[in-house]
Amino acid sequence: MSLLSTLARLQAVRSGRAEPLATVRHRHLSERPMVVVPLAAAGEAGAPLAVMLGTDREAPRLHIVPQPLNRDQRFDFLARFGADLLPYLESFADEVEHVEGTERDAGTGERTPVVRELCADAPQLIVPNTGSVQHLALIGRSTRFRRTAEDADPGPYPAPTQVPLLGRWLTHLTDRAQVPGSSLLLPMTALLSRHWATGQSHLEDQHLAALLAWHVPPAGLTGAEAAERAESERDAHGQLVRPSAGPATDPKFDELVLAPAIARHDAALAAARAAAPADAARAELLVKRAAEQLHGVLEQVLLPTWADVWQGLDLLRALPEGGHVAERWEGDRWSFTGHRDRLAAGEPPQPKQDDAVTAARKLAQREREQVRLEVQEALDDPLAMAEHRLAGEAFAGEVVAVVPEYDTSGRSAKPRPLLVVHTADRPHADAGREVHRVGAATPQRGVVAGFDPDGGTVTVRVVSGMGRRKEPEPGSLPEVGERVVFTLFELTPRQSAPLPDPEDTPWTHGGPPGAAPMSASSTEEWE
Amino acid sequence: MTAGMTADQAPGAVADAAVAAILEASVRPAPGAPRGVVVDSPPGAGKSTLVVRAARELVASGERLMIVAQTNSQVDDLVDRLAAKGPDLSIGRLHAGDSRPAPEALRHGNVTASEKVADLLEHDVVVSTAAKWQWVRTEAPWRHAIVDEAYQMRSDALLAVARLFERALFVGDPGQLDPFTVVGTDQWAGLSYDPSSSAVVTLLAHNPAIRPHRLPVSWRLPASAAPLISAAFYPYTPFRSGTGPGERRLAAAVRADGSPVDAAIDEAVESGWALLELPARHTVRTDPQAVAAVAAVVRRLLDRGLTAHSEQGSAPVAPGRIAVGTAHRDQAAAVRQALAALDVPVDPAAGPAVTVDTANRLQGREYDVTVVLHPLSGRPDATAFHLETGRLCVLASRHRHACIVVARAGIAELLDEHPSTEPVQLGVAVKFPDGWEANHAVLAHLAAHRVPLS
Repeated sequence: MSLLSTLARLQAVRSGRAEPLATVRHRHLSERPMVVVPLAAAGEAGAPLAVMLGTDREAPRLHIVPQPLNRDQRFDFLARFGADLLPYLESFADEVEHVEGTERDAGTGERTPVVRELCADAPQLIVPNTGSVQHLALIGRSTRFRRTAEDADPGPYPAPTQVPLLGRWLTHLTDRAQVPGSSLLLPMTALLSRHWATGQSHLEDQHLAALLAWHVPPAGLTGAEAAERAESERDAHGQLVRPSAGPATDPKFDELVLAPAIARHDAALAAARAAAPADAARAELLVKRAAEQLHGVLEQVLLPTWADVWQGLDLLRALPEGGHVAERWEGDRWSFTGHRDRLAAGEPPQPKQDDAVTAARKLAQREREQVRLEVQEALDDPLAMAEHRLAGEAFAGEVVAVVPEYDTSGRSAKPRPLLVVHTADRPHADAGREVHRVGAATPQRGVVAGFDPDGGTVTVRVVSGMGRRKEPEPGSLPEVGERVVFTLFELTPRQSAPLPDPEDTPWTHGGPPGAAPMSASSTEEWE
Repeated sequence: MTAGMTADQAPGAVADAAVAAILEASVRPAPGAPRGVVVDSPPGAGKSTLVVRAARELVASGERLMIVAQTNSQVDDLVDRLAAKGPDLSIGRLHAGDSRPAPEALRHGNVTASEKVADLLEHDVVVSTAAKWQWVRTEAPWRHAIVDEAYQMRSDALLAVARLFERALFVGDPGQLDPFTVVGTDQWAGLSYDPSSSAVVTLLAHNPAIRPHRLPVSWRLPASAAPLISAAFYPYTPFRSGTGPGERRLAAAVRADGSPVDAAIDEAVESGWALLELPARHTVRTDPQAVAAVAAVVRRLLDRGLTAHSEQGSAPVAPGRIAVGTAHRDQAAAVRQALAALDVPVDPAAGPAVTVDTANRLQGREYDVTVVLHPLSGRPDATAFHLETGRLCVLASRHRHACIVVARAGIAELLDEHPSTEPVQLGVAVKFPDGWEANHAVLAHLAAHRVPLS
């Protein structure tokens, strides 16, 4: 935790309200996000119980699994979830723009121009917390290999057609969510924690209702009091007034409300199966009523979280978007377009596990994006830059002198002017450290020539970004009196080194990956 | 203890036997032998000497050789050593466009530096960092490679360079810092080729026939340090010091002035260890009092004119023979500023200087006396980063004579309040000892050498 965010947390403790950590919004927010609030059943890892989703805050749609252990009901639920979610995802697939690029021919190495499609916009899923992301990833993992009635060999338990497709999309979205700065799938708690500090711990911040309580505490309460109330207040029946945001439900809810409702539904279902033809209609009615009751119970427990997520979106929308957010969103659009194309090309689902090369490639991408994210946030947001300045990794100040000097060691003289910057910051500016100027017309590098902490001046010898002539291009150097910011870190992430193709995996990493069996084992217990 | 390592055998003979076996396996491998040879080396066990010898023997047997090290300073060190020990070798120093090799590496006539590997293909040995090797595209791969500091190398870096060679000798210290990443890698935990794990872990997982060799004698650590470091950080692969008690000695020309700082120096001169303990307090990372204490210790070390007597002869403990180790870069920067304010040379460009750096950058380095700002000093919590076994191991094993630890009181209590809570991942070998245990072992030893600074 940086010094600045520690300070913001201390301030939040004192003020009783969430304190800003950012002056702009650092993540893309779609105009039409899909809010998804999933619930998991206790007892079995990744067993879905219910999901509430929709793009309209006034019209949430709820799907439930009446008996979470029943595989038929589970896949029936997943089919409905897919039928509800997939049209939203696919609605972004058709509107495209054309981007010119080049492609290197694998044989000749020649570059040829190509025009590629890029989806004009991409879907965005908002879930309450990181637990929900993991839950969706588990659903993706358990469904993307399911065989359907359309497969050549459907197996003993073919799933509805949407199910494997849902699994592939969920796998893609949850995998993309691991990339720093990506916005296809965002947990609300992480979004809020990035932009505001509360006076509680990071662990407590994962409770969405408690986190929001710091933003809008009820009159007369401090954030801490409101958060505690949100976490622990129970009604006369022992139920939480602000139910957990999932995916796990409150054990008291499971015990006193959910389990009896499921048992009633199970009993009604069993009675309907055993009923004589004359009683069938009445038995069906009882099943329907039991299902409606279960539906109502889960709706009650999901609606507060549903409202919380939308309230979080309201808070975030009030912040202006950061300057580089659109650039990063373009990366998300490429990611979406790429997955769309893989589906269209009939490629098989994502493998169970990444092979060595894919894992290394993904790690390299995430590290590159992490660097890009940190730099771009610092460039977009003075508060983010302030963290680097406090850490001695950047300094801001006023140019008090520009001394023209030249490097005459080469054939033609090159400009190597000295900038004297007056700053109140305490950078780790040892002589010889490379520094980078923020906001220069072209990337501009310098080398620290001297630092006088007592006088508060840093002398920087500018070595690039001044054109090719003997004299610096007009406007390429700041003038005396101008405010400048220099960073001690590079402003563009380094390119990642090339990796071998998976089929060329070397002996140190076990050689090329074998043809791993793709199908899920069918020996599981079904009902 | 292994069969070949008994107390009555001379350390030199034990070490020579181990080295001979390693050279045999890497230069003249038996038919069908695994393609890799792994050497585990505790701190200062002659790893660099081994690399130089292996390189010379491989070249003598008619091979061209590539050497992969992890940082530019490691490469420069290695080139310097290789060139000095093997004047008959032609050595290529491959470097990136934006980093010039150090002058020590280039002062030899048999060293050629270039940014392009094509300029260096004819040389006996080409040395570069893993990061630079990853970019090398060449049609003529080397048959042999030596990977230095292989435990610091990440699995994904090995994946990118392994295409360049057929056989390799991997040398490294398993007790030092593991490679790391700042992004989440849980999804690959437990995979044999987890890209964020160490190159050696991946190599061994895929080549179970490779049995790691061990270097059994630390030539760097004095008799006062080897037993502690061996027991605390290498409990299952013990090693011993090359010198016996009393063979290394520090002597101060100037008598102590009665201050706690001088008392700590005397304790370290006497016993090889000292703990200069500040009162317990939660502080910011760059704790100004602790930083000032570190700076004062270094200043007095220089003022008191220490002389180091050892098997290599007697020499003054000059600024270049002293290092300060910290956990974080901002701490190192703060110490450097405090030292500069006391007129202690810290800029290597301006002459012999005290090295001030983080544990990561001190790996593989050696000094007469080290001053360590304890990673847990003044902290309210003990995170996985600060508990990492390798961090403390690096900091406590850089010295030939003495190590002075500066810390706030209360670290033992802090450790007891923060048992390690990292999730256990399926398929990941649990590392022993854990940081918690190793920290306690070192603290217990330091308690006997405590000097309070009030």
